Amino acid sequence: MAAIEAENLRRTYKQTSGFLRRRTKTIEAVRGIDFAVDEGELFGLLGPNGAGKTTTIKMLVTLLIPTSGTARVLGSDVVDDARTVRRKIGYVFGGDRGAYERLSGLDNLRYFSELYGVPPKVQKQRIPELLELVGLTGRERERVEGYSRGMRQRLHIARGLLHDPPVIVLDEPTIGLDPVGARELRHTIAELARAGKTVLLTTHYMYEADALCDRIAVIAKGEIVATGTPAHLKSAVADRTVIEIEAYGAPEDAIRRLRDAPGVTSVAVEDREHAQLLLVQAPQGSVLTQQLLGHLDGVRVGRVTAREPTLEDAYVSLVTEN
Amino acid sequence: MRIARLLAVCWWFQLKQMTKAGLFVFTSIIEPLIFATLAYYLFKAGHRPGTLLYAALSAGLMGIWTSTLFGSGGAINFQRWQGVLEPLVASPPPYALILFPQTLAAASIGLYSLASTLVWGRVIFGIPLHFVHPVAFAISIVVTIVSLGVLGLVMGASFILYREANALSNMLEFPIWIVTGVIVPLSLLPGWIHPLSWILAPTWGYRAIHNAALGGNPWPGIGIALGLAAVYFVIGQAVVVAFERRARERATLSLV
Repeated sequence: MAAIEAENLRRTYKQTSGFLRRRTKTIEAVRGIDFAVDEGELFGLLGPNGAGKTTTIKMLVTLLIPTSGTARVLGSDVVDDARTVRRKIGYVFGGDRGAYERLSGLDNLRYFSELYGVPPKVQKQRIPELLELVGLTGRERERVEGYSRGMRQRLHIARGLLHDPPVIVLDEPTIGLDPVGARELRHTIAELARAGKTVLLTTHYMYEADALCDRIAVIAKGEIVATGTPAHLKSAVADRTVIEIEAYGAPEDAIRRLRDAPGVTSVAVEDREHAQLLLVQAPQGSVLTQQLLGHLDGVRVGRVTAREPTLEDAYVSLVTEN
Repeated sequence: MRIARLLAVCWWFQLKQMTKAGLFVFTSIIEPLIFATLAYYLFKAGHRPGTLLYAALSAGLMGIWTSTLFGSGGAINFQRWQGVLEPLVASPPPYALILFPQTLAAASIGLYSLASTLVWGRVIFGIPLHFVHPVAFAISIVVTIVSLGVLGLVMGASFILYREANALSNMLEFPIWIVTGVIVPLSLLPGWIHPLSWILAPTWGYRAIHNAALGGNPWPGIGIALGLAAVYFVIGQAVVVAFERRARERATLSLV
């Protein structure tokens, strides 16, 4: 039995505007997705902002009711059997909100232990263990309002593990963390998977998904555009080459010309401090550099290099080409 | 047993949480003192010195209602701002069992109001604190707090669905003071208001408190307040279930 199953899962939002003439607009956040996560698997849901990751997660953790389709967690339906699902899932979300600020981290953990029905004797043992696991030992009696973003995030993780759930759902857990904090958190997530937990992780950091996940589903505009192991996804762009062009102030129409150029498969733009990095994907063996530079006529260009594609390029290709 | 523990621990947690909001406690003490002072001079001017304890009690009870009203609705909006509403709804207990201890804690904070007006009346105006039935007085206070907490649950449910429900709170403060007979005795109100008063549990709770303190039989009031509180709980629980589901359909839980 799969730990998490989603079948044709769909969710729309209705937005109304206007006062006398009310207009309703329907936004399709998730457009009928299917995926399954095996027990003990660390599965990544990867996609850009607004792709539908959080909406999917909220349907799985019972906070949103799907517009259509079904989802089950360890065999329990997320709508019809929401309370059973809630007992089986530990839900951790990113950001610095989500705890009672005026109370201590310890008080927050005790309160949620009660909500999850953790017996007092077990609480006494488990809360110090979790504080140790997330590196908050010694700070647990301080008010949460004095915690750094990283500490709050670690508190969320501890809260999600209080009832020792078999399934853990992490929604962008490293968002806003400093590199050291994010690395420590990734280490903790890997430990959870090693301990046999089923982990569903959403992220838009490619290296995070690559480093942690057994399998990845790439989601874009509410649809899953690819599913597979990181190696499998990388192989989809193995026959391509990536030309990196450092440009200074390239206008939109120049980038559009690059996208339309013959032989170009996709173009992604990364904004750097004073420059843009244009990542042009093309079939391997293409000799395009001069042609590409011609499209950037009038734009100051720095370093130009060609390299083998990475998993990130596979992701960019999947997201932009779909 | 498990539910009793959940309610007790959550009530204590919420009480601790609200007590840390110094201004909330401060206003629940200060506002009733102003009412108590005004009431004292009004009753004194009316040459009815026997009702001075009534005035002090009433001012305290007004404070209990105010803290219930704003604490109950405010609790859910506060959860929204702090981002804890979603984790609470995503936890296994029915949300009504999480919300009720909060509204009960808000009503319990009102005890500060009652204590402060009684002490104020004693110290500043020399009102003797002589209660005719002290045990029944204590019981009627507990029953009134519980009945207010359950009423808070019914009102608080609207905050799950509507972020702007505090307009409702603002609207309800003064009318309930009047309709429950806390400002003036019910017998002085027009007859058409009486049925509305009778279906409000605090009316009976307040009546029990007044009777226990000033003389009269407090037990019918205690019994009716408890009965109505049980009815409110059933209604409140059903409303919370319906509103929680609606909020999950309309995706309003995460909105601030």
